Formats: sequence, structure tokens, C-alpha cells
Amino acid sequence: MKWIGAALLAAACLLPPLLAGDFYINLASQILIAAIFALSLNLLVGFGGMTSLGHASYLGVAAYLSALLTSRYGWGHGAAAVISIAGTTAMAAAFGVIALRATGLGFLMITLALSQVLWGLAYRMSDVTNGDNGIAGLTRPMPFGISLDSAASFYWFALAVAALAFAMMAIFVSSSFGSSLQGVRDQPRRMAALGFNPWMIRWITFIYAGFWGGVSGLMYVYYNKYIHPTALSTTSSAEALLGVIAGGSGTLGGPVAGAALVLLLKNYASAYVERWNMVLGLVFLFIVLVMPSGIVPGFGRLLAAWRRRWR
Amino acid sequence: MTLPRSEPALEVIDLKKAFGGMMVTHNVSLAIRPGERRLIIGPNGAGKTTLFNQISGDMRPNSGEIRLFGSDVTQLPPYRRAHLGLSRTYQIITLFTGDTLEHNITLGLLGLRPSRWQMWRPLSFYRDLATEARRVLDAVGLLHLAGHPVSEIAYGEKRRVELAMALAQKPRVLLLDEPLAGLSNTERSQVKSLIASIPRQTAVIMIEHDMDTALDLAETVTLLNYGKVIVDGDRDAVIADQRTREVYLGV
Repeated sequence: MKWIGAALLAAACLLPPLLAGDFYINLASQILIAAIFALSLNLLVGFGGMTSLGHASYLGVAAYLSALLTSRYGWGHGAAAVISIAGTTAMAAAFGVIALRATGLGFLMITLALSQVLWGLAYRMSDVTNGDNGIAGLTRPMPFGISLDSAASFYWFALAVAALAFAMMAIFVSSSFGSSLQGVRDQPRRMAALGFNPWMIRWITFIYAGFWGGVSGLMYVYYNKYIHPTALSTTSSAEALLGVIAGGSGTLGGPVAGAALVLLLKNYASAYVERWNMVLGLVFLFIVLVMPSGIVPGFGRLLAAWRRRWR
Repeated sequence: MTLPRSEPALEVIDLKKAFGGMMVTHNVSLAIRPGERRLIIGPNGAGKTTLFNQISGDMRPNSGEIRLFGSDVTQLPPYRRAHLGLSRTYQIITLFTGDTLEHNITLGLLGLRPSRWQMWRPLSFYRDLATEARRVLDAVGLLHLAGHPVSEIAYGEKRRVELAMALAQKPRVLLLDEPLAGLSNTERSQVKSLIASIPRQTAVIMIEHDMDTALDLAETVTLLNYGKVIVDGDRDAVIADQRTREVYLGV
């Protein structure tokens, strides 16, 4: 059964460039990028119990930094990528110090406020960010001299980065540190009494989530070759949060499924319904009512029940 | 460390804590010798758990001092005190309900090890942790349930996990907050013999209402009432004391 699942997953990852047209390949690339973003948010929301409504900050800032360094200052992609990720990670460290003064709703409001500040800056500092016009005419990097301009080649690149991100985050949550994080989520007081430093554990996780948020931001700007302040908007953060919760927070597959769901709905529903957000809302409502813990755990339970019946 | 033999394991000096205008810890002073067995008794609301919360660092006193093996820990956060050899259990069971018993004990072991910061290696690779966790579970008679989640085991078994998690850390000072609460007679005697078997390197300070069982385990007794130490001393002397009767019987 496990092998069938793995084979299906491998097929789903490998088939798009072989069978589908550019539209679907590009959609698959977008899903992969959204999945990295949702996975990084899930470290906070699902494994850390820190619900953030400002995760777009890391995606947006990494994307803007890379866009500015490569277009305005003429940096190479390699150096620009390193500085963008390092800058975003450092920002996460600073934001973490501020946001982690609170927990729960207070934490959520601080992350929201900080991301709103960045969104406002992206709009208003138009001499740097080009404001509402965004920064256009960007290029994709050429790792090892390979052009990523075709849909298929970019897909392979995105798949490689997403697979690495998934593996790194999977190891992270199953490590000693990941266990400490989940312990601090469930019983912070007990964890402190056992010798763990809850604040430090949360802060390090916050920084790590910011790092992968930055990676997804780089991928985002490479894919779109364009960046606009909406990347930093609350909608962008909320969409990812929706994906994490719908897919199943605190699981590894959940954010991937959730990100795919949000993007598929966005692309298909918007072709038929003008107010596609309404459709997204209804689907989300349905999931919350029928599978409160998310699609992945929900289907897991269904599958287990189905297997018991047929045994 | 070369400490004089007489140095107390835990010393509480003139501790004060008030919630608003109500004094819940009223100039409390205690000294616990290494390896001592101390029972803290007193009516409900006497400030016993509040005193524990201040010793463990969950709560800051308004004034006074707490010393662990001679060093002042009054301003230290709970996790720093844990690294100095302090461990505690809770009156309300505080376990990781979705995780297995083995994982619960493993967290207890991990808390004092530098490997708790390790991010690049799955926890399951640390075979020594698993072995040690199973040994601790065996010692409290729960090895057969090692793979079960805490949510599936009985209340009395959870009490023993609560105790095992603290014992796994081999503390030098152990605070037990009503370890017998809500247990049946059989379970009570199990936990009692468990507490009796705690090695002598560990000083045990216990809050307990079940006098019949608890007094057998205690060498010294402290009676608290309205946040004050009323009587303090050897078990038999405290029981015989007139003031103890007044507090408990209102005579």
C-alpha cells in the first residue's frame, strides 16, 4: 500500500512535463512553489502552534530583494539569491523577537501588523519598489548554464527545490528539536520544567520558517519574472494559511495538498465564476465541516476505515 | 563540586507572594537537606502549590530568596533550574497526550541533553534514548504500554508516567504535587512503593492530602496555613503538636 502511494506520488511529479501542455506544467510549478511556502508556514502553525497571518513577508521580501539586486544593481543571480535569503532570514530573526513577545491571538496580530508595514512600504516607496507598477522585466537564473526559460525546465528546477525543502522540513520535524517544538506547542509549562527553553525553541523555528519562506519567495519571483506589492498582502498570507488548515496543519502532506487545492481552485474556478474567492470560501467551509483536521488526515481516516471494512 | 555536607539541597528564605491584597506565601522559610523526605501539608488554599510554583520558577515571588545547592535561583527561569537538578510533577496531570509513553519519557530525558537542539537527525536514531526511556518505564511497571499513546491509558497509569517523567531526569530535588490524587487503593500502594524506592541522592518534597500513605514516606513535615509555616520539624513532633490539631480539627 505504501509503495503504491509512493509510485502514484512519483508519477504525479514526473508526468506533467511529459504529458501536459505548458499551461498545466506552469500550474504544476506554481503548486510546487506554493507548497514550499505552505510547508514553511506549517512549521509555525502546525508544529509550533504559532498561527501567523504575516508569512507573506518572507516570500515578498526575498522576492523584492532578488528583483532589486538583479535588475537595479545588476548583480548576478547567485550572489543576489544568497543575499536575499540571508536578508530575509535576518528579518525573520528580528520579527521573531517582536512577535514572540505574545502568543495566540496577540502573536497573530503582531505578524499581521508587521507584514502590513512591509506591504505599505512596497506600495509607497515607489522610487525603490516602483510602487503599484511592480518590478518587471526580470530574468530567471541559469544554474550550471542551463536555461530555465521553458516551462518544462523550470518545472524540473522547482521540483528539485521543492523536494529538497520537503526533505529538510521532514527531517526538521522528526528531529530532537522538532519533538521539542511539538512539546512546547502542547505543554509549554511542562517543557520548561523539563529543561527546555520554550522561547528559544519558538524563535529558532520562526527563523527557520522565515528561511524557507524566503526560498519560496525566490522561486516565486523566478517563476513570474515580475513582482508586485500584492505578493506581500494579507491575502497572500491568508491564502497560504487557508491551504495549510484545509490540507491538514501539523502534517507534512497537508500543506502540499492544501496549496494544490487553492491553486487549482484559483485557476479553474476563476475560468467559470467571476467571484472565485466565493468558491474557495465554500470549499473551505465544506472541508472544515466534514474534515475538521484537514484533507490529508481526513482521507487517512477514511482509508483506514475502508481497509477495516474489507478485511 | 565540593560542598560541605550540611549545605541544604533547597533553601527558601523569607519568601513572600501576594495575589492582589491576599498573601498566599507569607514569609515562608524552609531548608531541605540532600536526600531528605519532606511532606508539606495544610488545608486547601494554604498556599502549597503556589509555594511549589515559586520553587520551580513558574511563578516569581514578590520578595525573598530561593537557593538550590547554595546558588541563588530566585531570578532563574524554570528550565535553568531543571538543569541544576530540580524536577517536578503536577497536581493536574500534564502529559503529552497524543504521544506514546516512550516518547513522553524521551522528552524528559532530552530536556537535560545537548542533543535536544539537534535539527538534522531524526530523534528515532538516538537508540540510547529509547533504551533509557524503556528502562525508566520498566522501573514504574509500564513497559508493556510503552508504545501506546497517553490518551489510551488509565488515570492511575498516567499518574505513574507523570512520576516517571520526573524520575527519568535523575533529579537532586524532586517536587511531587499530590502524586496520589484520585488513585484507587491498589494504585495508591503501587505509587507509594514507587516513591519509597526513589534513590537517596534525591531530596523529595511532597504535597499530599492522603496522610495515611504520605506520613509513612515522610521524615519531616511542614504544616502550612494561610500561606504561613505553622509547624516545621520531625514527623512525629509535628503530628503531636497542638497547632497541627488546631489547623486540622479546629480544636
